[in-house]
Amino acid sequence: MTTCRVTSLTIFAKQRGRAGPPTVLFEDTSSGAPAMRTPGYNMAGPANEMQGDPAGNNLFTDPMANAAMMYGSSLANTGKDMVNKEFSRFVSVNKLKYFFAVDTRYVLKKLMILLFPYTHQDWEVRYHRDTPLTPRQDVNAPDLYIPTMAFITYILLTGMALGIQQRFSPEVLGLCASTALVWIIIEVLVMLLSLYLLTVHSDLSTFDLIAYSGYKYVGMIFTVLCGLLFGSDGYYVALAWSSCALMFFIVRSLKMKILPSISHDTMGTGPSNKPQFRLYITVATAVFQPIIIYWLTSHLVR
Amino acid sequence: MAFTLYSLIQAAVLCVNAVAVLHEERFLSKIGWGVDQSVGGFGDEPGVKAQMMNLVRSVRTVMRVPLIAVNSVCIVLLLLFG
Repeated sequence: MTTCRVTSLTIFAKQRGRAGPPTVLFEDTSSGAPAMRTPGYNMAGPANEMQGDPAGNNLFTDPMANAAMMYGSSLANTGKDMVNKEFSRFVSVNKLKYFFAVDTRYVLKKLMILLFPYTHQDWEVRYHRDTPLTPRQDVNAPDLYIPTMAFITYILLTGMALGIQQRFSPEVLGLCASTALVWIIIEVLVMLLSLYLLTVHSDLSTFDLIAYSGYKYVGMIFTVLCGLLFGSDGYYVALAWSSCALMFFIVRSLKMKILPSISHDTMGTGPSNKPQFRLYITVATAVFQPIIIYWLTSHLVR
Repeated sequence: MAFTLYSLIQAAVLCVNAVAVLHEERFLSKIGWGVDQSVGGFGDEPGVKAQMMNLVRSVRTVMRVPLIAVNSVCIVLLLLFG
């Protein structure tokens, strides 16, 4: 409270000098009706009040703190608006919010599907009047929460695994993080390039691709954990298991998104056999996952 | 293979430079990748080659000026910091 007083004193020192003789600049309702002053009061009001009656009926017992808080929050609001405006020029925040609208039930089900996708029946992403449903309502929708958390967990696990092998130093964490990030970027760029070159008109946006290529980190975490707990045999068993599960998951999910436009594509056959190439893309993406999992985790488990 | 973000940026700049120096008349037309050779019929899906030629041409058009700036910055940084 004292710091509030100090800051508010410095802020209102000027007004204090101005309002030498206590002139009431607005209607003083302190004796009559209680509480709610209008938020848009001017700054001289509280200065007057400070000399005059002790605050009776504001929201806070200290009018200076109240005024200072209002001033500070208006400053923060303008700052926040400016940052939001600049940020939303590059990344559409609404689309990003869609990917983080998850809840616990969705996360648990999705993790189960990622590690054991063989019993999941319905892989269609459900729509609601042309907009895809949020992950909260549809377990097949891609999200960015799980990949982000899995990525961070993977980096921490790498640090721990390297520490167990006495090879840890803080630079290694940064190096590992940027390596994994670079691999994600490379994979997303290659996917985007191949989807563009083969004129596949799918509704896979960039964020969807980031989400799907981030799901492999769940498999990586599982593999590294098994490798740490059960030694090198456990590592290879877990690697095989999570590779198969991840390949199945990727093929089933991307098949729904990339391949269905075959049936709508009646424009005549182009020079390239399109259904074949789309299948190649899906299978190549799926095969790339185990390779990268092995590449990024094998040095952790000896 | 340990990548830093800086090596990614370097690789990206080098690749974009490589695409941007492909000259239209002197090179691409000679090997059948010129702009005039990419006309497919309307209502026909452009093939892989047409898409690639479009991509090369658009990269050249868009990235000419920013590449000048980025290359200058890279050259200065490399001279100063090795």
